[in-house]
Amino acid sequence: MTGGRRRREGENLGLVAPAEPRPELMVWEALNIALDRALARDEAVFIVGEDVGLYGGSYRVTQGLYARYGEWRVRDTPISENSFTGLGVGAALVGARPVVEIMTVNFALLALDAIVNMAAKLRYMSGGQLAVPLVVRAPGGVARQLAAQHSQRLEHMFLNVPGLRIVVPGTPQDAYWQLTQAIEADDPVVVLEHELLYFEKGSFDPDAPPPPMHAAAVRRPGRDVTLIAWHRMVKVCLEAAGALAAEGIEAEVIDLRSLRPLDLPRLVDSVRRTHRAVVVEEDCRFAGAGAEVAAALTEAAFFELDGPVARVAGEDVPTPYNAALEAASIPDAGRVASAVRRLLGRAAGGPAATQSPSEQTGAQP
Amino acid sequence: MRRDLIRQFLYDMLLARLFEQAAAEQYLQGRIGGFLHLYPGEEAVAVGTLRAADPGDYVVSTYREHVHALVRGTPPEAVMAELFGKATGCSRGYGGSMHLFDAERRFLGGYAIVGETFPVAIGVAYWLRLNEEPDVVLCYFGDGAVNQGTFHESLNMAALWKLPVLFVCENNRYQIGTEIHRHSAVPEVWRRACAYGMEGRRVDGMDVLAVHEATREALRHVREGKGPFLLECETYRFRGHSMADSGAYRSALEVAELRARDPLEGLRRRALAEGWLGEGEVAELERRARKAVQAAVRFAEQSPPPTELHRDVYAQPLDVYAPEIPARRAAP
Ligand SMILES: Cc1ncc(C[n+]2csc(CCOP(=O)(O)OP(=O)(O)O)c2C)c(N)n1
Ligand SMILES: [Mg+2]
Repeated sequence: MTGGRRRREGENLGLVAPAEPRPELMVWEALNIALDRALARDEAVFIVGEDVGLYGGSYRVTQGLYARYGEWRVRDTPISENSFTGLGVGAALVGARPVVEIMTVNFALLALDAIVNMAAKLRYMSGGQLAVPLVVRAPGGVARQLAAQHSQRLEHMFLNVPGLRIVVPGTPQDAYWQLTQAIEADDPVVVLEHELLYFEKGSFDPDAPPPPMHAAAVRRPGRDVTLIAWHRMVKVCLEAAGALAAEGIEAEVIDLRSLRPLDLPRLVDSVRRTHRAVVVEEDCRFAGAGAEVAAALTEAAFFELDGPVARVAGEDVPTPYNAALEAASIPDAGRVASAVRRLLGRAAGGPAATQSPSEQTGAQP
Repeated sequence: MRRDLIRQFLYDMLLARLFEQAAAEQYLQGRIGGFLHLYPGEEAVAVGTLRAADPGDYVVSTYREHVHALVRGTPPEAVMAELFGKATGCSRGYGGSMHLFDAERRFLGGYAIVGETFPVAIGVAYWLRLNEEPDVVLCYFGDGAVNQGTFHESLNMAALWKLPVLFVCENNRYQIGTEIHRHSAVPEVWRRACAYGMEGRRVDGMDVLAVHEATREALRHVREGKGPFLLECETYRFRGHSMADSGAYRSALEVAELRARDPLEGLRRRALAEGWLGEGEVAELERRARKAVQAAVRFAEQSPPPTELHRDVYAQPLDVYAPEIPARRAAP
């Protein structure tokens, strides 16, 4: 239900950053290009958040956009998370496609009412009369010594909310594709970004046709075990897969890319070949997203599995400040590799072992 | 002109009163479930404010919003059917009493978390302002909502960016059982406007003519681009907070005093005394309102229920998420 919006088609087109295939691009730049193109292409798009304008965004994601599109389309807000997220909801109801940046996901806790009680429910409660094409972007994850209040993952908080979509891009290409798709989607989408991936480089082609927003991607094929991860844990899994390959274990690494919906068919397909799966997540183990992945996969592919779906996850503690303790609180490649060895009944670096089943995975030898 | 307006006000208030009485009866007969918050005593606020607004203006309301929808023009049938949870309701039976929506009439709901109407209203207004549209937003809330963070957050942003919002406080003195002097350090709600450099005033919310006039002036201010306006309407609810509340925390004397200032009876008396309307006209208005409410109840009773559990959760169903549980594999 848009009121007769004034069209200023093409006004900004000459100013769009050149988006050409570039061999090396960082995640923040890909997000920036996605926003730039969306603002140029569609007048319904505007950005709100703390320091997204003049300052250019805490992680540079909105750099240059304020100068290009002006304060009404790139709006610096006061520190009022619930209300500026709710502002996005209200505007979305009348035809806008707002992109709300929450400075870090930790502050999204103050905007949960707007996200959970409003954005996720209004289409349903209104009997389909209203749509909420809202994007909420939030950087998060365990970064470097930011301590407990600034270092957490809240995937689990959004996961159990019907009406939301949740994407977790981890590469420049996915960041571009999925943010673009999120803006174009007619549902509220939470885009979770990882603070340690913003300066991660990767190949980038803005004109390559994107896979569906929720599709998982195989990052490394393998036949012995399926490692399922997202965000930074994909890198950890690839590192573990490298080490395991030297021992003759071929791990398949799947980047989920989306947590709601889950690309379960892709996971089942992989497990049909490998018969073993480990979910690796940075979020705390208890009731994290990994628990849902493990449960859904077990239910859908139980008869294909040769052992339980194992989880390697963050420890159930608030994130400590001390660097060594902080590192110990989240999975690393070593922990992933040893979980795989236990699941396969192998000793470290050696052939098949005869040790007893691990208490962590309960795997049968 | 004046007579037409008076006739309209009186009809609206009669319809509002009779509709809510019928809703209470249907609730007691078990045909309406859940929470039911009724509006008797407060009619002058919805009628006076909404009749001063234009059809292009947007309305964002609370869970005590049946009358706002009715005055906005949502058919009584569609509102009653929604209370009954029927497919013909204005939210197709998915929203209920607290979540009425009528997008066609720019009635954006029906919000049942106290304090939610503020951010929704400033979001709509932000979009109107960004596109230089002439329309404005009417944002309703109770006296209890002004101590919610979103009140301060949203009024600040509304004033900072000069957004076209009329904030209408329905001050009925109570936040369920807690009277305003026990929940607010500054019980004059309108005075809070000055904290944001915003215009504000208080009006007798039991006098529909006063509310209408005050709203017209406030809307002129908002429409001229001078920024948002906070209008506090002093009113009173005659019933408990909801059907689950007997209202035992209020003295009989207080209730009797306020009932003596009934906005509906006040208007009826005045219209007759001033000769604006004749006895016959008033009786005819009441008969029409009564018929409309009876028809609404009949329509709601006879309407079918909704049947699709999964519709409208997303724009398109995310069916990839629901795998079939495989049957047990036969032993080899
Ligand atoms: C955030 C929140 N807290 C508590 C409630 C429970 N509740 C529902 S109505 C209400 C009182 C609201 O009073 P007021 O704003 O004055 O509105 P009124 O009901 O008097 O019209 C409360 C506490 C709620 N719905 N939302
Ligand atoms: Mg109240």
